[in-house]
Amino acid sequence: MINNVPFFAVMLLIAIGLYTILFKRNLIKIAMGIVIVEAGVNLFLITLGYREGGLAPIYTHLPSGVEIPGGLVLPVPQALTLTSIVIGVAILALILSFVVRIYRHYETLDSRNIRRLKE
Amino acid sequence: MWNLFDPLETTGGFWSPILWIIAFLVAFLIAYIIWGLGERKHGGGEQGKPFLSGTREPAKEAVHVRAGNIYWGFTETLHGYYDAMKKIHTGIVNDYVLWFLGMAALFFVVLILPEVIG
Amino acid sequence: MMDWLLTHAPALLIALPLLGAFLTPLIDRISGKARSAFVLVVLAATQLLMMALAWDVFTQGAHIYTMGAADPTATVPAQAAVPVRIVLQVDGMGAFMGLISVTVSLAAAVYSLAFMHRESGQGRFYTLLLLMVVGMLGMEFTGDLFNLFVFLEVLSIASAALIAFRFYHGDAVEGAFKYIVISSLGALMVLLAVALLYGQYNLLNMGALASVLEYTYLDKVALGLLIAAFAMKCGAVPMHMWTPDAYTVAPASITAMLVAASQASLYALFRICFSLYGFTLDLTTVGIIIIALGLLSMFIGVTMALPQKDIKRLMSYHAISQTGYMLLGVGVGLYLLAHADFDTYGIRAMEGGIFHIINHALYKGLLFLTAGAIFYKVGTRNLDEMGGLAHSMKYTTVFFIIGALAIAGIPPLNGFASKLLIYESAYRVSPILSIVAMLVSILTLASFVKVFHSAFMGPRLEGMGDGREVPRSMLVGMGLLTAGIILFGLFPDWVVSNLVHPAAQALADQAAYIAALGGGV
Repeated sequence: MINNVPFFAVMLLIAIGLYTILFKRNLIKIAMGIVIVEAGVNLFLITLGYREGGLAPIYTHLPSGVEIPGGLVLPVPQALTLTSIVIGVAILALILSFVVRIYRHYETLDSRNIRRLKE
Repeated sequence: MWNLFDPLETTGGFWSPILWIIAFLVAFLIAYIIWGLGERKHGGGEQGKPFLSGTREPAKEAVHVRAGNIYWGFTETLHGYYDAMKKIHTGIVNDYVLWFLGMAALFFVVLILPEVIG
Repeated sequence: MMDWLLTHAPALLIALPLLGAFLTPLIDRISGKARSAFVLVVLAATQLLMMALAWDVFTQGAHIYTMGAADPTATVPAQAAVPVRIVLQVDGMGAFMGLISVTVSLAAAVYSLAFMHRESGQGRFYTLLLLMVVGMLGMEFTGDLFNLFVFLEVLSIASAALIAFRFYHGDAVEGAFKYIVISSLGALMVLLAVALLYGQYNLLNMGALASVLEYTYLDKVALGLLIAAFAMKCGAVPMHMWTPDAYTVAPASITAMLVAASQASLYALFRICFSLYGFTLDLTTVGIIIIALGLLSMFIGVTMALPQKDIKRLMSYHAISQTGYMLLGVGVGLYLLAHADFDTYGIRAMEGGIFHIINHALYKGLLFLTAGAIFYKVGTRNLDEMGGLAHSMKYTTVFFIIGALAIAGIPPLNGFASKLLIYESAYRVSPILSIVAMLVSILTLASFVKVFHSAFMGPRLEGMGDGREVPRSMLVGMGLLTAGIILFGLFPDWVVSNLVHPAAQALADQAAYIAALGGGV
């Protein structure tokens, strides 16, 4: 049961993030919601690689008597998560620069009023 | 590989654009000959102008129908449908995400429900 | 030399525009003309290499490329039992989509030389354009799922930055904001689905995953997420609302490339349904989902297009509607995949849908480029204020007429050929599908007659530009796409037997896909 706590945290993070994107009107809060969902998905990726009692997957620094690959955590999800974090940073930078430009044009950050393009 | 002029085989038959173009040219030729058998010049002066029951024809720039007014009949007939559609397309970004997540939930239900029931 | 190029072509096709994208800002510091020449050289080289690779794939068979291996064609490393490396795979369908992406990008780049001439920041424009090409080709050539996610994000970020290119207009940034919010959420759902599949099977290679996939509960959740996310990225109703906003405000050449980008997402959707899940799916249910999405998109797309007053918004609703045709055609094929009748009319329906992809890229790209030409001359996109442009812009009028006839499905142009394949095959499944498709075709013709009348016909009005035609590079870009439309219309059988049929076969044949990717463990 204690091993499932990260998965509950993932569900909670994704739920909070989706709630923020769906129901918050401020554009910056929508950006925060995207970051929270991304944090949840990254946590999910990292947790998938965990093996009970495993060590860090560095071959040259293992103590003796550790079997390979059973005694190590999986390295592939770590690579996937790093890539995803970098992509998330790029998206966050882009979204925030858009929010700055929108504020200069529309004078408001309420998504209900930023509707020049509709129907 | 290089039989360029083969017809395209469809389920019910075939389609050959070369034959269509030949048929079109033949029909066009016949129509052109019939047109040539008519009068060369139509009457000028008052005979040649459009008849609007005696009123003057207004300047063409003034009666150019604008895009918002074309198909007024169509949009007016279906205005119940269009009112509903315009209300759905709000332009608010939260609604866009709501539709996306709603459809994802619908797909979950459709895909998983048969296994749960049957 | 040619052999070396062809063996390494999948990687070169991604590396060449990527290198070009990173060198463009440096060359831009030298001069603007040097940068334009460099971008054109890079795109022309990519186009030639893509055509050579496509020729080889359509005649010889699929190409596999393992990144960083001593022998690029061996997918399984010497001391391992499963394919663990990053594998690029170009089969019939990948080569087909790659041809579309590079051709549309070349036409759009040639067009942009004159269209973006007065704007500042053109170095960044061409960098992002080359990055969009990288994203599209990466999505179409990838053999594993996480690579799909990465290139999807590359494409989304580059497209969002280009949509907001004219940031001195408020609505451009608004459209780009809506695009990036829903796009990044969709991509995160894709990543969640990839993580679900990885957690169960410990594999990311699509061929290996396809051979071990059992259709468990979690796999169904992953499938639901993937279908929703990729259908949203192509603009299927009811997740389509970002499409008109983003397509309207982007510069016209970028809108033509956004159409090709949506089709890359459509390709990803088909890859997942046919090659990753394949026969383990509940084909009836998923087939009906895709057919229903197709029908809704066709009908709602075209009825929302009729009352529009903004020319590019009208055309972007038509892009949604034509995506519905592709979903309908390939959906009928998916529905019939395990059926006995697949080889008679199921594969024909898939060929109709896939042929429609390339037709749509050609004529929709052309129509958006003509809308850009009108905007370049007149300065407005509002149809209420235009009139009589045929007097001064003769070439643009002819290109528009050809594009409008093609999209409405008038013989002898290419739209008719693909629509005929879809009508006749969908009729066998249910007559309602063909009836809705024909009705939508008529409404498409109606709305383009409206655009033609408002913009081009009528007397010359004042304020409509300076009475001359648009610059030559824009005409060359439009002419390239028009030549494609006319040639595909006159020789549809050549196109279908040599380009479309191998692509449809490659999609439908999951066993060949698994064997090629070395996944039969």
